[in-house]
Amino acid sequence: MPSIILFAPLIGALIAGFGWRIIGEKNAQYLTTGLLGLAALLSWVVFFKHYETAETFTIMRWVESGSLNVDWAIRMDRLTQIMLVVVTTVSSLVHVYSLGYMADDPQWKEGESYKPRFFAYLSFFTFAMLMLVTSDNLLQMFFGWEGVGVASYLLIGFYYKKPSANAAAIKAFVVNRVGDFGFALGIFFYMTDSISFAVIFEQGHHLAEVQMEFLGMEFVAVEIIAFLLFIGAMGKSAQLFLHTWLPDAMEGPTPVSALIHAATMVTAGVFLVARMSPIFEYAPGTLTFVTVIGASTAFVAATIGLVQNDIKRVIAYSTMSQLGYMFVAAGVGVYQVAMFHLFTHAFFKAMLFLGAGSVITAMHHEQDMRNYGALRKKIPYTFWAMMIGTLAITGVGIPLTFIGFAGFFSKDAIIESAFAAHSAAGEYAFWMLVVAAAMTAFYSWRLMFMTFYGPAKGDKHTHEHAHESPMVMLIPLGVLAIGAVFSGVLGYNYFFGEGVAEWFGEAVYTNHDTNHVLHDAHSVPTWVKLSPFVAMLGGSLTAWLFYVARPGIPEALAKSNHGLYQFLLNKWYFDEVYDFLFVKPAKKLGTFLWKKGDGTVIDGGLNGLAMGIIPWLTRLAGRWQSGYVFTYALAMILGVGALITWFMFTRGTM
Amino acid sequence: MSIGLEHYLTVAAMLFVIGIFGIFLNRKNIIVILMSIELMLLAVNINMVAFSSYLGDLAGQIFTLFILTVAAAEAAIGLAILVVFYRNRGSIDVQDVNVMKG
Repeated sequence: MPSIILFAPLIGALIAGFGWRIIGEKNAQYLTTGLLGLAALLSWVVFFKHYETAETFTIMRWVESGSLNVDWAIRMDRLTQIMLVVVTTVSSLVHVYSLGYMADDPQWKEGESYKPRFFAYLSFFTFAMLMLVTSDNLLQMFFGWEGVGVASYLLIGFYYKKPSANAAAIKAFVVNRVGDFGFALGIFFYMTDSISFAVIFEQGHHLAEVQMEFLGMEFVAVEIIAFLLFIGAMGKSAQLFLHTWLPDAMEGPTPVSALIHAATMVTAGVFLVARMSPIFEYAPGTLTFVTVIGASTAFVAATIGLVQNDIKRVIAYSTMSQLGYMFVAAGVGVYQVAMFHLFTHAFFKAMLFLGAGSVITAMHHEQDMRNYGALRKKIPYTFWAMMIGTLAITGVGIPLTFIGFAGFFSKDAIIESAFAAHSAAGEYAFWMLVVAAAMTAFYSWRLMFMTFYGPAKGDKHTHEHAHESPMVMLIPLGVLAIGAVFSGVLGYNYFFGEGVAEWFGEAVYTNHDTNHVLHDAHSVPTWVKLSPFVAMLGGSLTAWLFYVARPGIPEALAKSNHGLYQFLLNKWYFDEVYDFLFVKPAKKLGTFLWKKGDGTVIDGGLNGLAMGIIPWLTRLAGRWQSGYVFTYALAMILGVGALITWFMFTRGTM
Repeated sequence: MSIGLEHYLTVAAMLFVIGIFGIFLNRKNIIVILMSIELMLLAVNINMVAFSSYLGDLAGQIFTLFILTVAAAEAAIGLAILVVFYRNRGSIDVQDVNVMKG
């Protein structure tokens, strides 16, 4: 059964991609969607099975070289089960949604075929993602890792007629390359003489005692390996310093943003850290780094999200911020809670993106929120879906009880865990996350208020023609809404409560000698448990005040704090700094090599050879061709003499 | 003093070298070149016969007969070309024979 889940999307992608001319455009779409539906169904069947220890289904032997033996195998344990349902469920819903969303696209003229290509890419992405999450060793994981990178590149650049989409696709690929380099290095160090998880996981404590040299300095081996793997996770999960590609990735079609850049691919980094928990548990230095980076990302992304005006960019920064939350959870050692937030986040963030897509179609591909307003009555179903998504992401619920939306449980669990870590990094993360929670509430409600409330702004004509999306787009929203409401309350016990140890089994390793965070998180002071709720309330009320009660405030505030506003609007100037530090010098080097290296040295050299030296040689040779017989005879004699001499001297040796 | 192999070889080598120098030191007449080639062939023949008798192998002497035949044919053709060349160009001086170039 796991093999069917794994290969159904691949088969769909291949048939839709190469065979749509034979089976027809419509059938290609239905085929990929149907196969994904099958995979999702089987994933849920698998999800409710219980695996005591990790079970391995070998598909084939992949690499055999010296002591390196790599199988292509499916590792089935709790982590894989969680990722399987997340990936296939969201992916199949996005497939269904895309049937409606991609039905007509102003990017393409009448008669141009783009739909089968889109569905083939989506299915291919799903296959690569499944390869990543089911992998049994680091190499297969790397294969999936790069596969989703390629699919992401193809889908961001799907509107290849737009130069900005191509630029964003290249940027995503290049920035990810930085992270992937770290990941690859982490694999290549190969300290355990195997890259199979089963072997590596046994070696964590051993690696903690080994020293190795890196960049001329001595380090504990496990720290280096964990650190390099985390660099890879940073790239894929858009953590601070390697995050600049994610907002630009919004150039892709909206279903792509929902699937790849919110629910699945960007969470691969979190999955990686959770999967490698037997290594990370022995690398306290790296875990501190993970915590700090995660907390900073959550904070920075939230501040930028406050002032963005493009509806998709707001949600993109929100995604980045939530990924920061997950990394904090992983960093303080509660990998289960990280997976919890990954699980709930997949539902509500995919829903927010799909809802945003629905708004965008309703408004004829207008994405600027300043041109929205008063859409509540025009698109009621979308409004309610977005409302549920917002309630879920802001973490609405009644504190100290078990009533609340999905985000209420997972986000609070992370914040409590950060506090319970009782370390400097945990303290830092706690305060950062509480502040970020307030800002999350603010920008989420700001999005809602600007879009659905207030007077209609922007083009009147567009507002008159605003229309609700077709059923095929609303049903996925409804399904995700169920997840956004109930996944938290249902999952609480298994991810964070009493049932953790039994439910996760051996999938996640916790070093009980040093790590009691999961236990301590339940006994934090009440004010800590209340703090995210208070932050959420404060953020929400501020948003209400700014955008419903007194709409003049934001503008006045932006004017009086002009510097800060510009700083946030320009995303902390990360792009500009990178442009100055990396892009410009690289371009300069490229221009130098092009003009001087290629132009002067190579072209000049060839021209000199062709127009200077060769003619000179021909003139020299031409002089020998006198036409006199005796000249030729002399040449012949000399030649024969030379040959005979050479032959006589070398005969004995050769 | 009996005449041995080395004497024959010395004579043959001398004839060969005279032939070579006859070809490219001569600037006067093309007939001399033909004579020089003939000389070289004869030098080779002498070598052949000398080795043949030295090694007691008849193959060398038979080969000499073939070479003589070829040399005769070659001399006939060469002289014929020379006659035609003289009719066309009015000279068979080596200096004037330089049409063999591209």
